[in-house]
Amino acid sequence: MSTQNTSIIKNNNGAVLPIGVIVILGFLWALFAAARGDDPTIMPHAYMFMFAFALASFALVYGIMENKFVYDPYEYDDSVIRAGVIATVFWGIAGMLVGVIIASQLAFPNFMYFENMPWTNFGRLRPLHTSGVIFGFGGNALIATSFYIVQRTCRTRLAGGLWPWFVFWGYNLFLVIAGTGYLMGITESKEYAEPEWYADIWLTIVWIAYLMVFMLTLVKRKEKHIYVANWFFLSFIVTIALLHVVNNLSLPVSFLGAKSYSAFSGVQDAMTQWWYGHNAVGFFLTTGFLGMMYYFIPKRADRPIWSYKLSIVHFWTVIFIYIWAGPHHLHFTALPQWTQTMGMVFSIMLWMPSWGGMINGLMTLSGAWDKFRVDPVLRLLVISVAFYGMATFEGPLMAIRYVNALSHYTDWTIGHVHAGALGWNGMITFGALYCMVPWLWKKQEMYSLRMVEWHFWLALIGIVFYVSAMWVSGITQGLMWRAYNDLGFLEYSFIETVKAMKPYYIIRAVGGALYLSGMFVLTFNIWMTIKGKGGAKALDGVQPVARKPDPTAIPELALGE
Amino acid sequence: MSRLHDFMEKRSFALLFGILGVVSIGGLVEIAPLFYIDSTIEKVEGMRPYSPLELAGRDIYVREGCYLCHSQMIRPLRDEIERYGHYSLAAESMYDHPFQWSSKRTGPDVARVGGKYSDEWHVGHLSAPRSLVPDSVMPPYKFLLETKLDYARYDRNLLANKRLGVPYTDEMVALAISDIETQVDPDADDFDGFMARYPKAVVRNFDGTDEITEMDAIIAYMQMLGTLVDFDEYQAETHGNER
Repeated sequence: MSTQNTSIIKNNNGAVLPIGVIVILGFLWALFAAARGDDPTIMPHAYMFMFAFALASFALVYGIMENKFVYDPYEYDDSVIRAGVIATVFWGIAGMLVGVIIASQLAFPNFMYFENMPWTNFGRLRPLHTSGVIFGFGGNALIATSFYIVQRTCRTRLAGGLWPWFVFWGYNLFLVIAGTGYLMGITESKEYAEPEWYADIWLTIVWIAYLMVFMLTLVKRKEKHIYVANWFFLSFIVTIALLHVVNNLSLPVSFLGAKSYSAFSGVQDAMTQWWYGHNAVGFFLTTGFLGMMYYFIPKRADRPIWSYKLSIVHFWTVIFIYIWAGPHHLHFTALPQWTQTMGMVFSIMLWMPSWGGMINGLMTLSGAWDKFRVDPVLRLLVISVAFYGMATFEGPLMAIRYVNALSHYTDWTIGHVHAGALGWNGMITFGALYCMVPWLWKKQEMYSLRMVEWHFWLALIGIVFYVSAMWVSGITQGLMWRAYNDLGFLEYSFIETVKAMKPYYIIRAVGGALYLSGMFVLTFNIWMTIKGKGGAKALDGVQPVARKPDPTAIPELALGE
Repeated sequence: MSRLHDFMEKRSFALLFGILGVVSIGGLVEIAPLFYIDSTIEKVEGMRPYSPLELAGRDIYVREGCYLCHSQMIRPLRDEIERYGHYSLAAESMYDHPFQWSSKRTGPDVARVGGKYSDEWHVGHLSAPRSLVPDSVMPPYKFLLETKLDYARYDRNLLANKRLGVPYTDEMVALAISDIETQVDPDADDFDGFMARYPKAVVRNFDGTDEITEMDAIIAYMQMLGTLVDFDEYQAETHGNER
């Protein structure tokens, strides 16, 4: 590394103009909706957009005037990732807290509903919970880790200058609009795609910017090969773009109002929705998080990926097969039987590539299994892969038509989803955060590994409570619905099956609360690490990470490669 | 194969388009035919677009997230047919933008709830579910009774549906506002015209108040669910109806 590099300072002022145009157009639309719109439900959102865009314009102008958008091209762009880590923690707490609240509503309906506050009803809070954890917690974690990993594995700074910040703030603005919209009853009612048309358009703009930042970073990489984690991130970003755009096609009643009607109806709408819905699981919650797995497990275990060939095979088969599996959400419905059968067959086939990924992750620990015992961070990462394996075995099982006849419409589905979400997505995110936070804030280690240990056990016990309660309640309810008495009549009225769920709903709420308490432990630990307390001693020297080998073992950037 | 992959993983755009190609196939094969094949676009005697008040009630059903706990899709399984009625047909949701089949039954299926309970029962149950069903876990919706229905520009909602292919006539769109008022008033002047436009529609003062409230709309919707197709007439075994 020659000394002349240090004098190279570039600025990002070039990105100000296009971002400024987007922001100003958005502001104008919001202004019109607020001033001329006749739909009172969109007003709060119009004002929120105006406020956000005004703030963004101010930041852009201020940045240019004060020459704030300068950077050193030989440094990684980590500031946006640090912001992403904080946003991940924030949305994690918010989303999981709402989850505990709605779980308690089902357990204690007499205490948890307020008849004069419609926004506290289950139907409005439930999308806030799912979007909060999937898109808030998971989405911010994916954006942050993908930005972190793509820079390290391509040995280059993020492309696009200010655009990564546009992605971060734009995405979080989308989350705020979506979340507040649910509370006000603004929804398209398509599960995990509830936000209305204007939020969808905004997300599309943000997502294209995300894809461009990621692609252009790959393009300017200084490594010959694109690392496997980036294949997974790329498939996540581009497929989500495709799914999001198609499934959200809808016609607004007024371009200055909130309400829209889906472009599709009935069977076609159902199939499109579950093509989207299942692949939100497949590409958002699976391939994106596999990208995390392929970086953080080898990194933390200090071992290479077990099998390069297996990663090729399971990557292409996972993305090819996943997209077919949607119809298993529609067994025995009015969807044609051949489509259901196709969904079932591909779901069962999906078991193998999924386990290919699991095996590749677990076997990466070959020769380093002792670390599983002593390092709670690595244990979180590895257990998450075990949960991934479990959930991807349970999924194909539930996709079998006659198993689904029992499990569909019951809590078994909810239990299955949470085995994946809490076990796989949650735990791998915790592991990734515990890896990244010291690296990002240039500390030697987390504030307290003992607290990581506590977090691990709180989360694990929480999941066990949650998932086993839902297994029992789901199977119980499914069997009660189809139970006949000796005279050939249905044995139970519907409400008797609701009553039977009560103890399980209480256990489920307890499990969720345990998991949430683990999240608080994580927050405290990260906070203390950032402050540099406990084990989080500052690394020696003040040189930026890209220039100096440190615990992350990042290769040096060489000039002119 | 490894040489092909060696090529792909050194070229970011080859990788991008490779991924796009691979993930497009499944969706195309499974979704595109549904817009053409008979069993998914069949027409069944009795199906008609929602009346404006029913549609407004449906909007409220969507807004409140009812679909998160109530399905509208009866599967052809013995216990479901005995509990809820004839299994749901594709045609019964052909005008549903968006569909409301749902994926969870924390509460019972409502695909054929129309006519099962009285309006008074619905008002009482929606206002305070546990006053009528002590073990219910449903949230209270008393505010629907206190909120006037905002329908001043509701013709636009019909127009949006018409543009998406729901067979509303120009007359139906033009009369949307007055049809809402007609449906809560059995003595209205245009009663016959309304019934001709929306056969089998229930015309009543649903919530018992003088105002047209959101409660009127949602009960109008609940009371028509699953009532349009006459299953004494419907021939499941005829060729066109087999799936």
